Parts: sequence; C-alpha cells; structure tokens
Amino acid sequence: MKGKWGIIIAGGAVGLSAVLLVHFGNPANMGFCIACFIRDTAGALGIHRANPVQYIRPEIIGLVLGSFIIANLNKEFSSRGGSSPFTRFILSIIVMIGALIFLGCPLRMVLRIAGGDLNAIVGLFGFVAGIFVGVLFLNKGFNLKRSYQLTKLEGYLFPSLNLGLLLLLVAAPGFLFFSESGPGAATAPILISLAAGLIVGALGQRTRLCTVGGIRDAILFRDYHLLLGLLSIFTVALLANFGFGFFKLGFEGQPIAHTDGIWNFLGMVLVGWGSVLLGGCPLRQLILAGEGNTDAAISIMGLLVGAGIAHNFGLASSAEGATGNGQVAVLIGILVLLAISWINSEFLVKKTA
Amino acid sequence: MKTLDTSGMSCPQPVLMTKKILDTKVDALDVTVDNKTAQESVQRFMEGAGYTVEIEQVDAKFILKARK
Repeated sequence: MKGKWGIIIAGGAVGLSAVLLVHFGNPANMGFCIACFIRDTAGALGIHRANPVQYIRPEIIGLVLGSFIIANLNKEFSSRGGSSPFTRFILSIIVMIGALIFLGCPLRMVLRIAGGDLNAIVGLFGFVAGIFVGVLFLNKGFNLKRSYQLTKLEGYLFPSLNLGLLLLLVAAPGFLFFSESGPGAATAPILISLAAGLIVGALGQRTRLCTVGGIRDAILFRDYHLLLGLLSIFTVALLANFGFGFFKLGFEGQPIAHTDGIWNFLGMVLVGWGSVLLGGCPLRQLILAGEGNTDAAISIMGLLVGAGIAHNFGLASSAEGATGNGQVAVLIGILVLLAISWINSEFLVKKTA
Repeated sequence: MKTLDTSGMSCPQPVLMTKKILDTKVDALDVTVDNKTAQESVQRFMEGAGYTVEIEQVDAKFILKARK
C-alpha cells in the first residue's frame, strides 16, 4: 500500500465506509467522527451525562485494533512515549472542545462537506487557519521534545483497554449508559461498525493517513501526498452520498450541525492549531496509539476527558449554535494554545543553561 | 559530511529538521530515523528536493543518505 495509489485507495475506503455506516444506522454525515465517537464513549462510561450521546462506538475500537494488528504483522509496532505527555493531554482537551463547538472532528468536517453541509466549509477555513498558526510555530522551532522506547507492556495497554471496551459494549452491564434517543441511539450494527473500524484502522496505519498532515505538509513542504488521501475521502464520500440520496446542499437544517459561522470557524481553529502541535489529527492519534505510541494514547485520554468537560460545563454546541460557555472556552483555548506554542518554540524562548 | 539524528522526534520534526539542513544546499546529508513513517516522509522530501537517496538499515533504525 505504498505510493500515491495506496493513500488514494485508503482515502476512498474511508469515504465509502463512512457513507455505508450511515446507511446502516450511524447518524447522518457521521459515518465516522473521532471526536463525536469518543464523546459518545465518554457518555456510555458516565464521564458525562448528556443523555442523547451515550454509546461505546465500535468504530473507535476497530480503528485502534486494526492499526494494532497490522502494525504487529508488519513489525512496525513500537512501544514509545515520554514526549511532553501532560502538554499533549491538555492540547487534546482543547482539540476536543473545539471539535464539539464545531460539531465534528476534521474527518467529520470532510464528510459533512461531502454531504452538502456548507457550514463545514466555514469550519474548513477555520481548520486551515489554525494549521497556518501551528505551522508558524513549527517554523519557530516548536517541538514537544523526543520520545523514548518503553516496555512492551506500556504499548500494549491501550489496545488491550479497547478490547475491554468491546467486551463492555457487548455485555452492556447496568452501570453503563446507552442513549435511547438522539445521535447516541443512531448506531450501525456492532459487527459492521467494528469491521469498518478495523479496515480503516489497518489502511490508516499502512498509509499514514492524517487530515491535518494533508494540509500541513502542503503548506510546509509543498508535499501533497497526504492531501491526496484527504481529497480521496471527500470525492468518494460525495459520490456515495449522491448514490444513496444523502446529499443535501445548504446551511440550514443540516444534520447535527449549526449555522453559527464564527464559532464553526473558531472551533476548528482550535482543532487545526492543536492538532498541528500534537503532530496529528484525532484519527491519526488513534492509529498511533494502536501502534504502541503512548503519547498518542494520552492524547486519546485527553480527548475523552475533554468530551466530559465539554458536556459537563455546557461548552458543546447544539443545533441552535454555540453556547455562551463554549464561546468563553474558545477564547481560553486560544490563550492556552498560544502559551504552549510560544514556550515550546525553541527560537522564541532563550534556552536556560 | 553533515549528519542528523531524528530518533524519538515525532511528525513532522524529522522532515523539518532535514529541510533546515537541505535548505543550506549541502551536497550530502545522512539522516537517521527510527521508524518507517519518518523514513518514508524524509525520503519523499529528499527526492522532491532533487537528491538521490540510499537507505541503510542499522538495527531498528534507518539511515537515509541524500546525495546531490
């Protein structure tokens, strides 16, 4: 799966499976959404109590395990971590908050555009703007320091946790929460969701698919390799949406979306900027976590906690638009990103002896 | 002869660090990476910048030798 055809095929598979997942029961324009699905999982575990969004999404589990299996088969599994883990945790909280203000991760943003949701194009502008800011700091020497080889167990724990989550989903004990209505109740059958996740996880691991990387590399290095994958996701999802009759062009009345332009823009600024600092979009973090990268596993934990914070503090948007608390959170998020960006940029801060 | 070790650095650091040196128009550069993803992206960048690339695997690491 090397070369440009590998990533084009992988992107196409993501786009197609996303639309198929909607056909089989996932929410509209949400065949995959890393942010929403981690948020749903947080709900199922009781980390937040927003009733309409509680479900352990098998897609997330499949993505991690698909990456894990393929990485091991290709001897690319490598247990490593230690690269400013707590900073990554905080960055991921901010990325999740931004995503829940826009109502989608970068992958869902692409899928929404492919569904005709013009609000997601506003989000795309914000995403690109955020990436530009992140790249600015990369060029000023931003980095989170190096990671180190760790014990095999360290790398196996996160994939094992996901296996445990799968067991919880299937057993459905009484202490978990499952939505009876709303997006959390819109679910494809478990096996189909899991299979889609496994396939996309495997393809994502092989091709290094990354929505942020696609735009970042184009800006930084004029390297369009990852961008091809992104375009492929969009194109195939668009065609599939036409095929299934899911396409609906416009701003108003789009599924699980709002028309608050400025907050769609700013929410995705947080996502783009934060993801550049993290070195990958939420999808890429899941794939890396499956490969044994525990910095990425900590990022996923940050996304999980961020989802809890977003819903418990009233930061997440609804179809009516962004909340007042959400708007304050965006401003705080920008300040925190600025501080993290500046302080970790080697050419901006004099090194202490 | 310039050398660069990007071990432990996460994306996109290996390419960024390589770019910084290649921008000074060196004739030769050896870059060590410790994972396949970095090997692929650094190789792609070096070839895009007009260098021929030879790869040597040493244990779990790769040395990419860029030559003009």
